[in-house]
Amino acid sequence: MADQKDIQINIMRSALGRARGLGGAKSGAHHWWVQRLTSIALVPLTLWFIWNVIAHGGAPYEVVVAWMSGPLTLVLLLALVVTTFQHMQMGLQVIIEDYVPHEGKRLAVLLVMKGGTVLLALAAIVSILRVGL
Amino acid sequence: MAEFMLPANSRVGKGKTFKAPAGATHVREFKIYRWNPDDGANPSTDTYEIDLDSCGPMVLDALIKIKNEVDPSLTFRRSCREGICGSCAMNIDGTNTLACLKPIEEVKGAVRINPLPHMPVVKDLVPDLSQVYAQYRSVEPWLKSDTPPPPDAERLQSKEERAKLDGLWECILCFCCSTSCPSYWWNGDRYLGPAVLLQAYRWIADSRDEYTGERLDALEDPFKLYRCHTIMNCTETCPKGLNPAKAIGKIKQLIVERQV
Repeated sequence: MADQKDIQINIMRSALGRARGLGGAKSGAHHWWVQRLTSIALVPLTLWFIWNVIAHGGAPYEVVVAWMSGPLTLVLLLALVVTTFQHMQMGLQVIIEDYVPHEGKRLAVLLVMKGGTVLLALAAIVSILRVGL
Repeated sequence: MAEFMLPANSRVGKGKTFKAPAGATHVREFKIYRWNPDDGANPSTDTYEIDLDSCGPMVLDALIKIKNEVDPSLTFRRSCREGICGSCAMNIDGTNTLACLKPIEEVKGAVRINPLPHMPVVKDLVPDLSQVYAQYRSVEPWLKSDTPPPPDAERLQSKEERAKLDGLWECILCFCCSTSCPSYWWNGDRYLGPAVLLQAYRWIADSRDEYTGERLDALEDPFKLYRCHTIMNCTETCPKGLNPAKAIGKIKQLIVERQV
């Protein structure tokens, strides 16, 4: 709910005026669609990753590095990381929009979340490249 | 953040108990939410013991019996008593439904009755529906067409085109679905809610309407439409057996369809 001050300011406005609000944002479809596409892409990528982690369980460091240095492995690992963080960011955005009603706080939490996600994703990418290249 | 406790003046206290008349054999308790804006007190739950042998089969029958014979101050909306007007929508035994269509026998133990969840209460079981009505108005729920109708004739539809409106036109706007939706509870000031979105789709799906694109434009919004996360409470609770979640899914599908 909006805080008490907003309610008092808006209360003389007609119900229809409030329902129409600022109008449709003409966006949101892209977010919804990409969230679904990334979740579909993550099914094979995650299964491939889990399968390889199990397959390399107990293997010496050199063997794992050799596996990670393969060009196909590198591409798929980077695809996995980018898709995972993109999907995570979109999912968290939906949760924050659901549960943080105050606009200012919502924007602040969203920015912190997105910035943090970008940094984590970059850290994961750099780690993969350091080991794999 | 989301509030998990009711505000202090909304917490529901224990109310009065109205005993069944002596000699009643088939007694059932009705625990009903009461709130009167005039007495300044918190809401309470009053208990009415009703003899089902002298009462009609539906929850609405019991409410009318209570109002007529036990406590005339009990306030609720009702009109058609056959599931067409949508007036007696309320939360019965934890589920939003129409009191006139809900058999008392379907409820185990005491019959708990509350107003539709998360709406401002006018009195007792009467919620303030101004916001949902305004949201319904905002989707312009009428035929919009630039082509004039044929002279002295109706606008025609094929049987297949007409069939697309089945499962949509039956909605009676009781708002059981919208008030069962957590997204509508948290963001009802911006999210349109399942009832209004189903109605919006009713006009999008109408072959005679020529403003489909404008209607989709108006709905494409992170809050107006995309607060729906398809948890299906709306479909689960609809007393008319309709599927608002599917209608919302169709809207999302059409908006993607025009982009890809």
